[in-house]
Amino acid sequence: MKFTVKVWRQKNAKAKGKFETYRVEGISPDTSFLEMLDILNNQLIHEGKEPFAFDHDCREGICGMCSLYINGRPHGPDDEITTCQLHCRKFKDGDTITVEPWRSAAFPVVKDLVVNRHAFDEILQAGGFISTTGIAPDANIIPIRKQDADESMDASACIGCGACVATCKNGSAMLFVAARVSALAKLPQGRPEAAKRAKAMVAKMDELGFGACSNTGACEAECPKHISIAHIARLNREFLLANLQD
Amino acid sequence: MVNFLCSSIGKKLIMSLSGLFLVVFLLLHLALNLTALLSESAYNAVCAFMNENILIQIMVPVLAGGFIVHILFSMFVEFKNWTGRPRDMRYAVANKSKATSWASKNMFVLGVIVILFLFLHLFHFWSKMQLASWLGAEEANPYQLVVKTFSCPCVCVLYIVWFAAIYYHVSHGFWSAFQTLGLSNSKWLPRLQFLAKLYAIVVFWGFTLVPVCFYLRNCCGCCGASSCGL
Ligand code: HEM
Ligand code: SF4
Ligand code: FES
Repeated sequence: MKFTVKVWRQKNAKAKGKFETYRVEGISPDTSFLEMLDILNNQLIHEGKEPFAFDHDCREGICGMCSLYINGRPHGPDDEITTCQLHCRKFKDGDTITVEPWRSAAFPVVKDLVVNRHAFDEILQAGGFISTTGIAPDANIIPIRKQDADESMDASACIGCGACVATCKNGSAMLFVAARVSALAKLPQGRPEAAKRAKAMVAKMDELGFGACSNTGACEAECPKHISIAHIARLNREFLLANLQD
Repeated sequence: MVNFLCSSIGKKLIMSLSGLFLVVFLLLHLALNLTALLSESAYNAVCAFMNENILIQIMVPVLAGGFIVHILFSMFVEFKNWTGRPRDMRYAVANKSKATSWASKNMFVLGVIVILFLFLHLFHFWSKMQLASWLGAEEANPYQLVVKTFSCPCVCVLYIVWFAAIYYHVSHGFWSAFQTLGLSNSKWLPRLQFLAKLYAIVVFWGFTLVPVCFYLRNCCGCCGASSCGL
């Protein structure tokens, strides 16, 4: 297959970026999208040009490091996958593929296609944890309803990729925060700090420049782990009840 | 409290409560309108009741307040949301995700359309009825006012455009408000979305029925106002 690839190039956070257009040929349909970018970068190196930077790590859909807004969709033209799970067979031979970084006020571009998602870490540091003292008790000592365990597990599937923010018209982080709050709120171990957690994480989210939730559902549609917006209802509930408590 | 009202969820709580208040108001308003299809005397009697009842008099400023709060907070929320992805950070390729409804992404524009037509509506009816009576001027016969207003096809079309904007606004707003209040989960989400559609359809067709019936009655003499029970 051959493609025309338009890549966002930006020297650093302050520089003004622009698209550069490249061509790649002889790509097998079974090549992963990121491998295609590797081949393209290799080509640029051989031509004496600077390769473009993009984020990736596990390349098996579990770390949340890969990003990229491809032809108008975070993680490209397929549902419930990360960019590293996307293959070239999802495109047509001769296609023009436009690759942009995540764009959100809270995710500034570092270089080319790499954005800084440290804002997510800050939200987690604000309350996305359970405090323990002493040694951790045996995991099975506290009985947990299967239904609650399942819901907590579903919410825990969030890999912190930021696709929800990237696709939301408000650049809102509500799905990410909801997934983290929900995962802990559904477990007895998470209850003692639940009210404090909801308030602290929402306050941090607002402070860092993410928008509010308009319930468009765009996040759920693009989330590689298909985290449901029902978790956002739970976050709202947790937050409102937490504010009623004091 | 101030902290809470400045938070993104706090602001949306105010929007959802004021929005649901307006949702209930729309149903009451619809019920009153439909009496105009029954008979002139029924409609005029209802209007007279609305003018005299003390509870209704109290509710008028409360309703206005509901609108003002909803609009004010919609601006707070919307303007903050615009900064989530500033102008110089827009994507070159428009978002191609199919799963979201058009209404949910255009609530503010829809709201602005609703408010503009609302002024026209207040001018058409309220200024000649309740406002006139407050000012001590002579009040129009409510029924005849409806007949006269909807004898113009352009006015009818404008009203139907207005009802369409309301349709889209509430088809999302209705379930979105429950979501904001935390009164939803994976089981209730699809049910609330269904109820929102149902509510929006009832409101749209209910309101549309009045101008359409009055216009048709007016232009075909064979079923004049008194002979046809429409
Ligand atoms: C007939 C009148 C109206 C009704 C019944 C109504 C109802 C609602 C409801 C129930 C919501 C959902 C709140 C939530 O998501 O929690 C909503 C949202 C909204 N309304 Fe209204 N509304 C009306 C008029 C207006 C007007 C005049 C504006 C003025 C600009 C407006 C602007 C908005 C906006 C921007 C939102 C979305 C906020 C967001 O989620 O980001 N609405 N409305
Ligand atoms: S909620 Fe989904 S889209 Fe958002 S960060 Fe988590 S995995 Fe990514
Ligand atoms: S590189 Fe780890 S999820 Fe894509």
